[in-house]
Amino acid sequence: MKAKVYVTLKSGVLDPQGKAIQHSVGLLGYEGVADIRQGKYFEIALDPALDSARARETAERMARDVLSNPVIEDYRVEVE
Amino acid sequence: MKFGVIVFPGSNCDHDAYHVISKHVGQPVDFVWHRETDLSTYDAVIIPGGFSYGDYLRAGALAAHSPVMSSVKEFAGRGGFVLGICNGFQILCESGLLPGALIRNKELHFVCQHVNVRVETTSSPFTHELRAGQILSLPVAHAEGNYVCDDETFEELVSEDRVVFRYCDPAGESGELSNINGSRDHIAGICSRERNVLGLMPHPERACEDLLGSSDGSPIFRSLAATLAVRA
Repeated sequence: MKAKVYVTLKSGVLDPQGKAIQHSVGLLGYEGVADIRQGKYFEIALDPALDSARARETAERMARDVLSNPVIEDYRVEVE
Repeated sequence: MKFGVIVFPGSNCDHDAYHVISKHVGQPVDFVWHRETDLSTYDAVIIPGGFSYGDYLRAGALAAHSPVMSSVKEFAGRGGFVLGICNGFQILCESGLLPGALIRNKELHFVCQHVNVRVETTSSPFTHELRAGQILSLPVAHAEGNYVCDDETFEELVSEDRVVFRYCDPAGESGELSNINGSRDHIAGICSRERNVLGLMPHPERACEDLLGSSDGSPIFRSLAATLAVRA
């Protein structure tokens, strides 16, 4: 069983790395790029013995308490 | 009075802090390894600068969940004094002992230079020997020192007089140029509501001897020692 966690900056929080990447791709000639926001992606292998509700609860708690900082980031969890 | 300097894997200003307390302030001090949980013999703990856990995940994030930080939270809750410097400030924010967060510097660069900060309040155990408006020259060395918080937190910090230091120019004016990392309202350091926890990005422990280019950090440690002496 695998959990995927996506951590993204809240809208309104400055993302200087995203801005630098956007600037670079602009210099490389990519057109029509209005904005780039950088985030983090985690793949978490979970014990197959966990039932899916428990697996989701574990992944959600990890995402909330450790993987993201609620002051600046949002998260989304997928379990498959 | 006794000081503890918390040491994480990747701390690199722990010896500077230890040196200042033992030689400059002249008080007993121990290193406290991050797996320890007993802080009962200390009156003040310093969370030093560095790159705890390699800054993995977010600066200070993994250190904030280490065993010693649960004890630091209890220690602060009992009124113990906690000083977080640079990475220590990041750890205090990540652990929830101070509000807000420190994100990547606005210009992305690692900033390593002496900066000026203005003392915004002397009503703290760390700054009562300073003058309000006094300008200190202190070194900074960080890539994630850009202080952010939501509007509600900001209003609280201002109305409760908890902004302790702001970046400024040598004349004491805060502007875009003196704000070296893009921090909200030029914030360089804040304290907790109970005022016993201070976090700041500049390094006062590296500025306690003229030989090092500045001794402006010294009154911060002297203030804390004087507070402890009165309490003892």
